[in-house]
Amino acid sequence: MSDNKKMTIIATKGTFDWAFPPFIIASTGVAMDKEVTIFFTFYGLNLLLKDTSKLRVSPMGNPAMPMKLPMGPKWLQKIDFGPKIPNIFWSLPFTEHLATYLMKKTMKKNGVAKLDELRAMCQEFDVKFIACEMTVDLFGYSKDDFIDGVEFAGAATYFDECDGSNHNLYM
Amino acid sequence: MADETLDASGLNCPLPILKTKKALSKMDTGKILDVISTDAGSVKDIEAFCNQTGNKLISTVEDGGKYVFTIEKA
Repeated sequence: MSDNKKMTIIATKGTFDWAFPPFIIASTGVAMDKEVTIFFTFYGLNLLLKDTSKLRVSPMGNPAMPMKLPMGPKWLQKIDFGPKIPNIFWSLPFTEHLATYLMKKTMKKNGVAKLDELRAMCQEFDVKFIACEMTVDLFGYSKDDFIDGVEFAGAATYFDECDGSNHNLYM
Repeated sequence: MADETLDASGLNCPLPILKTKKALSKMDTGKILDVISTDAGSVKDIEAFCNQTGNKLISTVEDGGKYVFTIEKA
């Protein structure tokens, strides 16, 4: 057993795909007896919104993203359309909706937890959520836009949380 | 014979670990939990989880893509 009992994460990304890593690492951390704090700043604030249904994944400028169909015949599911579709296609309206729909479907098929479910588990396990006050103001959010149980504070508070922490991750 | 059984079949990382943690937290020390999983990644993960939390992994049994982990609550 280890004595390194604290972990902090800075969550900076607000797309649907990047919403997962902070919650996965945080919930696993508390399951493994760590005290975990996530500091959400800039686009990471999206992850704390009451309504996460508007989060999207964008294949635009994202050449690393594999694109396989979660349905249809087996041979078709094996094809990676990622490198085959010209990037300009993703500038068309609603293509982000399509990509997000397909990713959600693939996740469900693979038994990956839903975003809201993972977030709720983090809260149930007492992961501390801190929203960066400066970016809340900057983006014109109101505190009511966010789920309950969120603290609002700044970078100095983040450093206070880092005190004695051996895992400090930037995502 | 296990005191409790958790069926985490079909669930992917990190759900088997989270559900294991939840199940163990409701149990008394010394009680035995069987976790059933179909996630191959959970073989290493359950071992690491027990290593970090002090719970004892008594056995891991694989049977045709299905894993049964027997854990003693610390």
